[in-house]
Amino acid sequence: MNKMETMTGAKALMVAMEKEGVKEVFGLPGGANLPMYDEFARCNIRHILVRHEQSAAHMADGFGRVSRKPGVCFATSGPGATNILTGIATAQADSSPIVAVTGQVPVAMIGKDAFQESDIIGMANPAVKYAFQPRSPDEIPMVVRKGFYIAETGRPGPVLIDIPKDVQQKEASMIFPDEFKIRGYHPWTNPDIANVERAIEMLLSAERPIILAGGGTIISSAFAELQSIAELLMIPVVTTFKGKGAFPENHPLSLGPIGMHGHAEANKMMTEADCVLAIGTRFSDRSVGTFEAFEKRLKIIHMDVDPAEIGKNQTTSVAVVGDVRASLRIMVKMLMQKTIKRTEENTWIKHVKETKEYWKENLKLHPGEMGAAKILRKLREILPHESIVTTEVGQHQMWASLFYDVIQPGTFFSSTGLGTMGWGFPAAIGAKVAKPDVPVVDIAGDGSFSMTENSLATAVLEDIPVIVFLLNNFTLGMVAQWQRTFYNRRMIGVDQGKCPDYVKLAESYGAQGIRAQSMDELDKAIKTALKSDVATVIDIPIDPEEDVLPFVAPGTSLADMILPS
Amino acid sequence: MWAILTLLVENKPGILFKVTHLFRSRNFNIDSISVGVTDNPEYSRMTITTYGDEKQVEQIVKQLDKMIDVLEVKHLDEHKTVYRELSIFKIKLSNANDSMEVNKLANAYGGKIHDVRKDSIMVELTATPDQIRAFEELAKPFGIIEVARTGVAALQRSGA
Repeated sequence: MNKMETMTGAKALMVAMEKEGVKEVFGLPGGANLPMYDEFARCNIRHILVRHEQSAAHMADGFGRVSRKPGVCFATSGPGATNILTGIATAQADSSPIVAVTGQVPVAMIGKDAFQESDIIGMANPAVKYAFQPRSPDEIPMVVRKGFYIAETGRPGPVLIDIPKDVQQKEASMIFPDEFKIRGYHPWTNPDIANVERAIEMLLSAERPIILAGGGTIISSAFAELQSIAELLMIPVVTTFKGKGAFPENHPLSLGPIGMHGHAEANKMMTEADCVLAIGTRFSDRSVGTFEAFEKRLKIIHMDVDPAEIGKNQTTSVAVVGDVRASLRIMVKMLMQKTIKRTEENTWIKHVKETKEYWKENLKLHPGEMGAAKILRKLREILPHESIVTTEVGQHQMWASLFYDVIQPGTFFSSTGLGTMGWGFPAAIGAKVAKPDVPVVDIAGDGSFSMTENSLATAVLEDIPVIVFLLNNFTLGMVAQWQRTFYNRRMIGVDQGKCPDYVKLAESYGAQGIRAQSMDELDKAIKTALKSDVATVIDIPIDPEEDVLPFVAPGTSLADMILPS
Repeated sequence: MWAILTLLVENKPGILFKVTHLFRSRNFNIDSISVGVTDNPEYSRMTITTYGDEKQVEQIVKQLDKMIDVLEVKHLDEHKTVYRELSIFKIKLSNANDSMEVNKLANAYGGKIHDVRKDSIMVELTATPDQIRAFEELAKPFGIIEVARTGVAALQRSGA
């Protein structure tokens, strides 16, 4: 039995978070969370001030994805809480562990439409893994313990803890529990060995097997296991966009991401395969298109930690429910005991290699010096392999998917599910806080970056030197591309003008701003940024007419790619 | 397919909201829902009836099962289940014979008569939704003034 201590709810929150190993909190104070903020004066947790609560949630998200421990963000009640909601929904869509702590009006005021009251528990319900609203201070230690556990176990996700102001202020005798039980929560099941066995048989008897690695592969760090299986069985690997970098993209068996803006060779091989080992993926529409065209002859082996994903979007032949790393380990062990005679000589692998070679030679790229492919390949050439890359949302994001090869697995992160513009920069700040010793680069576009660009203040004042690699086409480029493709070039609401000047903007925050208009300048700019101890924005003006290609139009099959003409 | 789902949930405020919200956000409809505390006051039992093909029902069961406040969820086989719904019908009486006729009809369905007035009569009927619908059809010619239904309560038979 732990000994009881008398303290306020706010103090208990901080003590409980320290016990969870929290070292940093991203947030913004306000009336209803002041008692918690007051505790920062008396604890060892660093507070990192943001300029908008949405960014606080994205920072926690970036921190969570990189460290695989929940990132924590604080916001006040009402608008503070609703601002954080976009970040919570983003974390939910991408299964990212965050704990959001919001202030709430005092218990007696709840439901009275008080100043800065919002029913954040009600609003957040469909966007959280779980939400707590402790009504008495002595609940707080258990709520924190359970909240962190729920956020980081099984399929990770966001947890909301909404604490009324009087609950923060009141004293109670607190017990900080070591053990606890959540009756209705079973985050992991043991993989069914018989199904792993069936999966192996299916893969071995397939003529054209392929591995589709999703985001779950990265969340469970199943990199080594994935590589072993691919190499043992000589199976080519495609990924979803969220799974990008689950497998080294310079590996001979790597084909890169499939999907709406997947690699041509990946989409091609995916549609030709007869059996897929799908690991930690929900078969999103952006990844697999309509799928119907070829799913009839495709046997699907689905591994996922979340039983509800099995059969949700696709009918599977074999399902293995459990942590995908654990499932893959069992598979590797079983494979080691078999004699497998797959060689590089088999027809499928030969065909895969030829296809890969063909597209390497034949995919038409932008002819200009500052085409997206050249810019991103330059970044790849200079960045150390351990660098972490985040992206914003838009054309640059898809160019990053196509042209920035991830060599070290688990170093690429993006808002892939919700597609939240403004995610990349604050997420990069969170990532840098989690891993201060590696370079962190946000591959950005001007439209998306402008949504959270005021996080420059956080990067500068809190001394978090990340790099914003800004492909600037002065346009909401992806929307513009759709208007060019599907709306007969009627360009509405996409022109951002040359506003602002991003070099001056960076400088006005005390960050470094560099404009790169040639490959030489870009080369120098990246090297300067890597050496810099302040945040740097590299503004790279590009052609506003450049499209992201290949392109699989929404509602069509991966087999019907629009290619550069 | 008509499906009866039975859920054992934490008896805490807000759970009904979460469960019904899940149906809405996952694009399912609730046909009927009934909730009551169990013999253990820590838990409530919800009985939900819904329509969907096998795949849809399987998916909603999995999504419900994933909810942390849901301790147990089962898709009940109606042939191995006792399920009943309570309904109250207020029926119009237009002439002297009607009262007797409605009485007969209620008796045939095991209903109980309440609140007999000059121009209306109330029938309480506890039965399966199908039987209630059949009763409703037969009562229609008299004129149904109002109906209240509780939704299904269901338990699996022992050994089923």
